Amino acid sequence: MKKEQREKLVFSLLTLTAALVVIPTLLMIGYIIFRGIGTISWEFLSAMPRKGMREGGIFPAIVGTVSLVLGTMIVALPLGVGSAIYLTEYAKQGFLTRTIRLAILNLAGVPSVVYGLFGLGLFVLFLGFGSSILAGALTLACLVLPVVITASEEALKSVDFSYRQASLALGATKWQTIRHVVLPHAAPGIVTGAILAIGRAAGETAPILLTVAAFFLPRLPQSIFDQVMALPYHLYIISTQVPGMPESIKYGTALVLLGIVSIFFAIATAIRIRFKMANR
Amino acid sequence: MKEQSVTTGNRLVVSRGHANPPKQEPLQNATNESTDTITNSRSFAHGKNLKSKFTNRLSEFIIEKIIFILGMTSIVILALIFIFLISSGFSVFKDVPLIDFLTGRFWYPNSVNPQFGILPLILGSLWVTAGAILISVPIGVGCAIFIAEVAPPKTRTSLKVVIEFLSAIPSVVLGFIGIMVLSNWVRLSFDLSSGFTLLTGSILVAFMAMPTIISISDDAISSLPKEYREASLALGATRLETIFHVLVPAASSGIVAGVMLGIGRAIGETMTVMMVTGNAARIPTSLLQSGRTMTATIAAEMGDTVRQSTHYHSLFAIGIVLLIMTSCINLVADYVLRRAQKGDR
Repeated sequence: MKKEQREKLVFSLLTLTAALVVIPTLLMIGYIIFRGIGTISWEFLSAMPRKGMREGGIFPAIVGTVSLVLGTMIVALPLGVGSAIYLTEYAKQGFLTRTIRLAILNLAGVPSVVYGLFGLGLFVLFLGFGSSILAGALTLACLVLPVVITASEEALKSVDFSYRQASLALGATKWQTIRHVVLPHAAPGIVTGAILAIGRAAGETAPILLTVAAFFLPRLPQSIFDQVMALPYHLYIISTQVPGMPESIKYGTALVLLGIVSIFFAIATAIRIRFKMANR
Repeated sequence: MKEQSVTTGNRLVVSRGHANPPKQEPLQNATNESTDTITNSRSFAHGKNLKSKFTNRLSEFIIEKIIFILGMTSIVILALIFIFLISSGFSVFKDVPLIDFLTGRFWYPNSVNPQFGILPLILGSLWVTAGAILISVPIGVGCAIFIAEVAPPKTRTSLKVVIEFLSAIPSVVLGFIGIMVLSNWVRLSFDLSSGFTLLTGSILVAFMAMPTIISISDDAISSLPKEYREASLALGATRLETIFHVLVPAASSGIVAGVMLGIGRAIGETMTVMMVTGNAARIPTSLLQSGRTMTATIAAEMGDTVRQSTHYHSLFAIGIVLLIMTSCINLVADYVLRRAQKGDR
């Protein structure tokens, strides 16, 4: 009897720890929605900020974030998927692959602000791109690369080996096999990884703070060498640097950023669940 | 009529190749001209085969080289990060000796007589990380055990989704909530004059480290062989005894690795701590004081520096210190994890 009581006590403690993670998370999301939903309107999303950002909308920040994310994926996706193909299909196990894996692991652990320093040193100053979409997108691409590689590698590995053997036995070359047999089957996994990387790139602040972001720039970018505003940096600015900022705009901006990230997260989760079901 | 039969013969030759010369009567009686056509088409087919084989092999070769180059990207980027940080950061040691830089007690980069001692910043980072670990390890490991062993399957799936979403929330949003809500809560509950303390940062960073700790520990526990659980239960142990005397010890390396990766994340966290810890660059003596971390210093001061000044170089040097710390933590975590996986087999 005593044993059972103790077991009950410990299990309820474990339940409590789970609640301590989940409840604050849900409360926080709920609170941002509750305070921010009133601000969201077509005007807020599509208008330029006015009066030192205290009025008007956040359109240029949204455009900035979208262009940064697009640029990031254009760079990171081919590099990441190519790396994953090399690791799963071509590389022989040995010193080189061990080094690559160690490098990926290390890249995944590099703090985002260090990526910012790196981007500032290489892209902004050394290559002379200046503070621009190009420099920011390249920096973010380096940052999300480990995510894309890891997800793509898992996806490629999960394609059954007999598919490759069958294709090779039919006379297809190695690349034809990869291109027409392996990649299509790995596509859902790769897409999931790419979407998670997009979510990450959209929310990162520290790297773009050093490489792209403009404090206040109420116009749209004309080329990839322009500075832009970006949502996460905008949220940082209006919640710390601008005195007298109305709270509704702050919560509205936070909600838009959270919304964009959650949309990508939801799509990635949906694809993954469907993929899992199909595999059963 | 005759022409037609030759053409069919021709097709036959092409499709059969050299090994099977045609044996049909009408073909052998054909004119010189048509024999020529046959030989021509034979050599043509042969040439085409060779040619396509060659282009195939060439393109395979080129593609393999391209893929190889792409495979090297991560090594190149990591090397570039080290090169650029070191080349921009090391020149600070011309003005400030390394020992003074690491152990100097004052960080006054902008005063008339500038001081570049990063000890307060290192300690700020360590205090925030220690606080975050004290909060996130018990909660995170407990939650991982709950997910892996106690929760019913449906609860498990939804818990995992919430935790993954927590890891997807941008750090600037957490920092925002820290400013708007948590700092007030800290100020009122500890009766302080300002809620922007190291503790506020620790609580938020704990929430950023928890997804890492939970998912890696959960993986470590769930991937244990089923026999462990069954054997323990069959010997008459309760579920509780099985969890704490069999499963958790067996998964301990995985759990340790998860905690270390969580620490790595906590040290590197930038925006959240910059927004809520108050950013006073002094040596902290308690979690309830304001403090400043290495990451926040880089992010907050880079915009104001003059390029190529000592201050500019010193921020890169802080980046090097940060990079060395996180790399060490990640390498050790990887080593522990690898050993755990080897032990499984």
